[in-house]
Amino acid sequence: MRPDDISLVISLCRARAGLKVSAEKTYLIESRLAPVARRENFASIPDLLAAIRAKREEPLIWGVVEAMTQGESAFFRDRAPFETFRNEVYPALSRARGGEPVKVWSAACAGGQEVYSLAMLAEMMRAEDPSVRIELAASDISARALEKAQSGVYSQFEVQRGLPIRLLIKHFEKTDDMWRLSPDIRRMVRWRRLNLIAGLGAVGRWDVVFCRNVLSGLEAPYQKKVLEDLTLVLPEDGVLVLGAKETAEAAGDAFTPIPGQPGFYRRNPAARAAAAA
Amino acid sequence: MKTCLVVDDSRVIRKVARRILEDLGFEIAEAADGMEALAWCRAAMPDAILLDWNMPVMGGLEFLRKLRAEPGGDAPVVIFCTVENDVAHIEEALDAGADEYIMKPFDGDIIEAKFAEVGL
Repeated sequence: MRPDDISLVISLCRARAGLKVSAEKTYLIESRLAPVARRENFASIPDLLAAIRAKREEPLIWGVVEAMTQGESAFFRDRAPFETFRNEVYPALSRARGGEPVKVWSAACAGGQEVYSLAMLAEMMRAEDPSVRIELAASDISARALEKAQSGVYSQFEVQRGLPIRLLIKHFEKTDDMWRLSPDIRRMVRWRRLNLIAGLGAVGRWDVVFCRNVLSGLEAPYQKKVLEDLTLVLPEDGVLVLGAKETAEAAGDAFTPIPGQPGFYRRNPAARAAAAA
Repeated sequence: MKTCLVVDDSRVIRKVARRILEDLGFEIAEAADGMEALAWCRAAMPDAILLDWNMPVMGGLEFLRKLRAEPGGDAPVVIFCTVENDVAHIEEALDAGADEYIMKPFDGDIIEAKFAEVGL
């Protein structure tokens, strides 16, 4: 790829999604954009980018940005956060809510594996205790990712990443070479297209926000912005869940780690008071 | 060091699985069919068994049923690893006492995830 093509991709991703794209990772850019060029009937990636430069058409630009946001996804990724949610976070919040549902949002849900893992987990929890009430929502910046997630259809390769075999045969149906998640589980999730850097004012309140392996893909100022906006989404006893290798440092002391629960953060009420003062 | 018995009639599969599992810290033994595998288990029960379904002499399912009837045979964690990828086969394997199930083709990530799933 030519340097000016790479720069164009980088600047589009930063401007539209706050996304950090490294100029050295040419192979990554090429592997993500080749399918977009094909889909949009361009002979090559440079042709696609030339068209964007000439016409600035939003659908093409978003095609590029969405393709670059695609992340790795797996069912029950890292395992421990799901155990922590089940054993620590849910029981405490459920008590505090006096039986009202605990609201959980999977931000940047990609292919939906995380939110569906939570849905299957909620089902297991309800089997043990019928009073369990969990409300689930998921969002992503990519319309294509949301479409895939909502379909609940996964390849054999995808269903073998983190999904226990008993849950596979309990909740999925095999159709040809693909596995389709049952409507009962799919119906537990509400979906919304959302660009995290565009502000979270319309999102409402959520008790738990899973925002794992998202911030680390954003440019530093956007990491700070998203974290600060999340303080308005979470109630005082709400919980933010970040990826295993992420921290909330970009937002100063707005969030503090919860001791003994790696990846789980609580809002720091003192920080907001300080910001407001 | 934990031991894993890799049971598959394909030497290539055994070699690939061996490499992945050795990287995960297992000591590996190999068997080319269920009968050989049973002989291994009677001599020394492994911690884990990665088990193909279709093999000459004795297939994976028959081996698993015999293993679970052996003294100490309920101890090893058994993970099927087979091209059989329909629900009926998976249910049959679980009913016979399998702990997990891998549908071929597999890669290192899948093996690692499945072994983590069963606590190894």
